Amino acid sequence: MLKVDDLKIHYGGIEAVKGISFDVPDHSIVTLIGANGAGKSSTLRTIAGLVKASSGTISLDGEDITNMPSAKRVGKGIVLCPEGRRVFPDMTVLENIKIGAYLRNDDLTDDIENIYNLFPRLKERNWQLAGTLSGGEQQMLAVARSLMSNPEIMMLDEPSLGLAPIVVQEIFSIIKKINKERGTTILLIEQNANMALKVADKAYVMETGRITLSGTGAELLANDDIKAAYLGKKK
Amino acid sequence: MSLYSIPMFRIFYFKGKSLMSLTTFLQQCLTGISLGGAYALIAIGYTMVYGILRLINFAHGDIFMMAGYFMIFAMASLPWFIALPVVLIVTTALGVGIERVAYKPLRSAPRMSVMISAIGVSYLLQNLATYLFTALPMGYPEVPGLKKVYQLGGLSASFVTFLTPVLTLILVYLLITLIQHTKMGMAMRAVSKDYETASLMGIDINRTISITFAIGSILAAVGSILYFTDRMTVFPFSGSLPGMKCFVAAVFGGIGSIPGAVVGGFLIGMGETALVAAGYSTFSDAFTFVILIVILLVRPTGLFGEKTTNKV
Repeated sequence: MLKVDDLKIHYGGIEAVKGISFDVPDHSIVTLIGANGAGKSSTLRTIAGLVKASSGTISLDGEDITNMPSAKRVGKGIVLCPEGRRVFPDMTVLENIKIGAYLRNDDLTDDIENIYNLFPRLKERNWQLAGTLSGGEQQMLAVARSLMSNPEIMMLDEPSLGLAPIVVQEIFSIIKKINKERGTTILLIEQNANMALKVADKAYVMETGRITLSGTGAELLANDDIKAAYLGKKK
Repeated sequence: MSLYSIPMFRIFYFKGKSLMSLTTFLQQCLTGISLGGAYALIAIGYTMVYGILRLINFAHGDIFMMAGYFMIFAMASLPWFIALPVVLIVTTALGVGIERVAYKPLRSAPRMSVMISAIGVSYLLQNLATYLFTALPMGYPEVPGLKKVYQLGGLSASFVTFLTPVLTLILVYLLITLIQHTKMGMAMRAVSKDYETASLMGIDINRTISITFAIGSILAAVGSILYFTDRMTVFPFSGSLPGMKCFVAAVFGGIGSIPGAVVGGFLIGMGETALVAAGYSTFSDAFTFVILIVILLVRPTGLFGEKTTNKV
């Protein structure tokens, strides 16, 4: 279980995250939703080790990982699929998939086969440079790459960003499938609150660096304030 | 257009008279290729460090110079077959050490700060060498066999002249294989594209950068042995001009590209030698820098430069 306790994050003098606590139980899908600048991305980047926490602790299965370098966290089973996909454009699709397994030294053949079953589109484009893929394909590649480290927890930063609604649906159904079939814990942040809340077991709402509301996905979907603020429906 | 109007052939025929025999011409080509090989090895160091840190490592030419001194001292007390690996190891340690001390603490600083730090290291090494070894040129030791003169048809040259281009191509082949087909090479390519995402893959950024400096320094040390065996002396500033020329070679080929650095190194070496052969030896250094200016004006990304547009 991933546990975040009283986490604060500063950028210079600005406090982006003002002491949040939440946990992500094993095998669940948890989502953080909120507007731009609420501190969602900062939280995820801190859990991944890209940003330093100014105070508070992050622990995984009881082990404190607050100050662990980001590369080591991958070995511990936490992987972040970054915002904007960030595939390596000059590498082929296959190389991008392989680099996700950088820390593993075992045979990858079966895993690559599994990945291709999950994303048949990537198999067709095996030898293509990742930079030439469409946005949706790049997002699939980014998810595939993250999966190759066999993570315990996969964090996804805005997987729907800039994608057509039908592609967003496809990505979310794959995320659900990964959670169900592999038992991978998912920590998801989204501006597309509707999509995120539908798949989430547990959801937290962030506003200007604080968690203001939490509940199951279904509870929040039914909540009038949430409807008004994030789902575009009148009270 | 007659052959006469092409400058290269003017070497042969001047006012209708032959100035240079074919043998002399081939001899000069060989000299040029050999010099170019040494340049290529040094230029790779510039291009690799630029690729991964976006830094022009101005200290690289001085690492090359220090490798010359290391060889002098190693050969003074050790047999050559032990001295050679010792020089490679010590030079590598120097290159990696410089990165740790002078560049690593500036990892998140603006690029200009790192570049100024590199210039500082360059002057530091030159002055340290002047202080420790005096500014007088010191004789470069001879590795047995390297200076032995061989005949090949009408050509005669020392073994090192034949060896340099061959060794350069072998090392470049090994390096490209390493970068394209090993996990370490994959990590280097990933880090050179995107630090953050690379570290999200579990790649240790600092270790990868150290490896890059190590490879650049080893190649500089090999280049230094080949270059100085031909030049016979080392002094504290003998790294600065070759260093600048190799930097130009890297820019010419397209900085960041390894094949570019190799092609650039060979072209600069051969161009310089051609000018010397044609009797314009005073301009041979200027030639390199004219190339720099022209390439920056006409094709700033160099011959094989990185494409800057990527669909992301």
